[in-house]
Amino acid sequence: MKKELKFKVNGEDYDLWVEPKTLLVQVLRDELGLKGTKWACDSGACCACTVMVDGRAVKSCSILALQVNGKEVMTVEGLANGPELHPLQQAFIDNWAFQCGFCTSGQLMAAKALLDENPDPTIDEIKIAMDGHLCRCTGYNMISEAIQDAAKRLQAQKQQEGGK
Amino acid sequence: MKTILNDFEHFAPKTVEEALDLLSRYGEEECKIVAGGQSLLILMKQRLVTPKYLIDIKGISALDYITFDEQQGLKIGALTTHRAIEKSPVIEKYYPVLAEMEQNVSSVETRNWGTIGGNISHGDPSGDPAPVFIALNGRLRIAGLNGERTVEAEDFTLGYFETVLGHDELLTEIQVPALPPHTGVKYTKFSQLQGDYATASVAVSITLEAKKKTCSDVRIALGAVAPAPMRAKKAEEILRGEKISDDLLARAGQAASEEASPTTDAEVSEEYKRELVKVLVKRVAKEAFERAKKA
Ligand SMILES: Cc1cc2nc3c(=O)[nH]c(=O)nc-3n(C[C@H](O)[C@H](O)[C@H](O)COP(=O)(O)OP(=O)(O)OC[C@H]3O[C@@H](n4cnc5c(N)ncnc54)[C@H](O)[C@@H]3O)c2cc1C
Ligand code: FES
Ligand code: FES
Repeated sequence: MKKELKFKVNGEDYDLWVEPKTLLVQVLRDELGLKGTKWACDSGACCACTVMVDGRAVKSCSILALQVNGKEVMTVEGLANGPELHPLQQAFIDNWAFQCGFCTSGQLMAAKALLDENPDPTIDEIKIAMDGHLCRCTGYNMISEAIQDAAKRLQAQKQQEGGK
Repeated sequence: MKTILNDFEHFAPKTVEEALDLLSRYGEEECKIVAGGQSLLILMKQRLVTPKYLIDIKGISALDYITFDEQQGLKIGALTTHRAIEKSPVIEKYYPVLAEMEQNVSSVETRNWGTIGGNISHGDPSGDPAPVFIALNGRLRIAGLNGERTVEAEDFTLGYFETVLGHDELLTEIQVPALPPHTGVKYTKFSQLQGDYATASVAVSITLEAKKKTCSDVRIALGAVAPAPMRAKKAEEILRGEKISDDLLARAGQAASEEASPTTDAEVSEEYKRELVKVLVKRVAKEAFERAKKA
């Protein structure tokens, strides 16, 4: 029997009816068409499916959709501001932090949650926050460097905004 | 192809009473409690568990708390997330060993949604929290429709994924007494990769008498080397009442490695695990001892 799911995704309100067995990743990809979130290992082991729920990084393959009732979800589609990429996205491009890109949306969302909590992390803090994320192509150093670069860009952006 | 879960009926009680009521109604049938689902959903995807009724307790916010005072000690609600424990100022101040333990449980993503009650109720012999709560002399509070009971943390897990919980019971709280003066606690897990389940893990709590020379009490708990987390009581006997020395710690390590009953798995042999226990007990007890001297 379907149940009602009311939640916010990337700032927009949704009111859906879902089967209880539906996972969060299925609602995002199949119901809302937000295919940026990847569904890979399906067993909690790779973090490719990471999204933010109420500001925290979680694995959308390991959460029942009904458990985010009343909550706010952010996916990779919510990062950019129109055509302007988020500093994290730009830093990933500039630092060669992906190749095939399959792990990237999960990496970006975990990095976003990290920088929201800790705007100036050390490389070790980045490694700890990202240690569940598997990437089969790129190598993890470039990803860590991109996140640190993004932290600098975000801080510069903040200072500029503060100065205005 | 991704697995699609079996169909089930979903209940989202808002209070412990509602949850217990649902459990008494459906508990005996194919019914499961889900908290964070970090372990349960994997079992459901593998069809190892196919509940008809799922009682989703994640929304019972009254079971999400961490409190401490000197008389009552520490109380952690079953629905507190791993991450909340890791980041709690109270835990950092009074039980830093719990924050250290949490930092190595899986990834941030699991810790953000998985709950301490779910972890313990899962009864995984290689889970990290259980040995630490055993070393801390913890107790677990269990609610049923006919009332409440508490059990010692060390008696909670009976064997692989089997606990004392009845089908109509809920784990509601973890309790830890205030640490006696001059007590040091340390936990270390050995795993193949950062965040992986333990190959072997050891938690030790050492209390020194007032002059900080002899060990007045000690608790040694082992994880992943028996069907359930266990106390190494023979190893404890070697240290209790004695002056701690490197030689004595090595003997305790040897005793613990004989008490453990590990099995060979896909990655590591039984002998290797015994060797790990021997070395880890010696090292972890030494660090607990150093901490006790400073406490
Ligand atoms: C990739 C990965 C790596 C992991 N690595 C580690 C690790 O290194 N160390 C470690 O310790 N753990 C590890 N875990 C396990 C994780 O910590 C636990 O699965 C999680 O904390 C369980 O909590 P939950 O709330 O998600 O429980 P759920 O999955 O919801 O429930 C687990 C079980 O407990 C029962 N249950 C839940 N809450 C209660 C309650 N209050 N009363 C009675 N029964 C209840 C459920 O019915 C179910 O049988 C890992 C998990 C994953 C996915
Ligand atoms: S797809 Fe969710 S953790 Fe791999
Ligand atoms: S870029 Fe291919 S998996 Fe990470």
